[in-house]
Amino acid sequence: MITLDCLGQKCPLPVIALARQIRNVDVGGAVRVLADDPAAANDIPAWCRMKEQEYLGSPEPNAFDVRRLS
Amino acid sequence: MGVPAGAAAYMDAATAVPLHPVAAEALVAALADGWADPARLYSASRRAQQLSDAARAAFAEALAVRPDEVSFWSSGTQAAQAAVLGGLLGRRRQGQTLVHSAIEHSAVLHAAHQGQSVEVGVDRLGRLDLAAWDDAVSAPGVALAGLISASHEVGTVQPVAAAAECCAESGVPLYVDAAQSVGRVPVPPGWSMLSASAHKWGGPPGVGVLVVRKGVRWISPYPQDDLYRPGAIGALDLPAVVAAAASLRAVLAEAQTEGVRLSALVDRIRERVAATVPDIEVVGDPDDRLPHLVTFSCLYVDGEALLHALDRAGFAVSSGSSCTASTLRPSHVLEAMGVLSHGNVRVSLHRGTTEAEVDRFLAVLPEIVANIRKEAGM
Repeated sequence: MITLDCLGQKCPLPVIALARQIRNVDVGGAVRVLADDPAAANDIPAWCRMKEQEYLGSPEPNAFDVRRLS
Repeated sequence: MGVPAGAAAYMDAATAVPLHPVAAEALVAALADGWADPARLYSASRRAQQLSDAARAAFAEALAVRPDEVSFWSSGTQAAQAAVLGGLLGRRRQGQTLVHSAIEHSAVLHAAHQGQSVEVGVDRLGRLDLAAWDDAVSAPGVALAGLISASHEVGTVQPVAAAAECCAESGVPLYVDAAQSVGRVPVPPGWSMLSASAHKWGGPPGVGVLVVRKGVRWISPYPQDDLYRPGAIGALDLPAVVAAAASLRAVLAEAQTEGVRLSALVDRIRERVAATVPDIEVVGDPDDRLPHLVTFSCLYVDGEALLHALDRAGFAVSSGSSCTASTLRPSHVLEAMGVLSHGNVRVSLHRGTTEAEVDRFLAVLPEIVANIRKEAGM
């Protein structure tokens, strides 16, 4: 799984990184975003809903997993 | 950009509405007599008392309550916190818990966090989960319930009547924060306490109104002479109270016409923004909403950059994005709804808003959003 280290970055930067980097994984593959901006926990799942990708949850604090669906 | 900037368009009515002409007139007129302390026993004081009584009677009529149920406070926030804290104290023998929605104004949440509270969630459109509300208010130890009449951030009207029924069945008084509704749309009956804020309808800033219905036990959380009678701490700005009363009457007289006009402009914003700006989410209930308020979030856009760009283009709007908040946290309302919080813009209209201003906003927005995205590499 690709890990994007966005710790210390303010929103929307982690979401921008996710949108750019998810193109580099195959459909069905997953990306882990590390982000500690307080908006990330809300905005990463919201991005998944808007862009029809799958939010896999937060396995640990400040980590968010997303599966590419399209 | 092809569209001239023109005069600045103020579109943040949900924060404060420009002073209504009737308020300005009444304010000047009331300065002559409103300076005196109404509680004294000389003639200047009696004139001030008459002004105060007339303002109270005007509010009672406008809100369809008794004059002695109306009290004045130094802001909407003070009125809201007096409702919560005084309502909890009045019921302390029955319980300690405040039940409130997750989308209350921060004024109510700050008061809630001083004691025990239970938060009830909302759906994706920002509407209260009534089943969870019913469970929460019927639990043992509930002293008070608090519900905003309509969301100040996304405009969704809350099911006040149904929520009030749940409260009545459990014998729990309901406090309604009606700051965004009073002067614009009716608030359904069934509540025990209600607060409003004059600068949200075009009255002067610094006037809050609290209604405590007869039979509702309220005890002042502040050191005061009469702990059982709600009222401001210290001297009131009586001329501002008089102006607030006069402007509410004027605003109510035009509320229906203005509501129809502004609601059509909001519909236009909802439709055009969604059609002309890619990767955007218009949030809140499209139909059961306040007439004057619309909120949307733009993917990949920094909310602060968007507000500054709109300000440079001549538009005053607000945002629930974390980068625009003093706390640097995203709006608790957007979080509770689970909608995008960055790139967020709240547009709220008032009687001075013109169709031309709205059209100019809609004309400049797509390019402003595109430029910010381009700078961010999107």
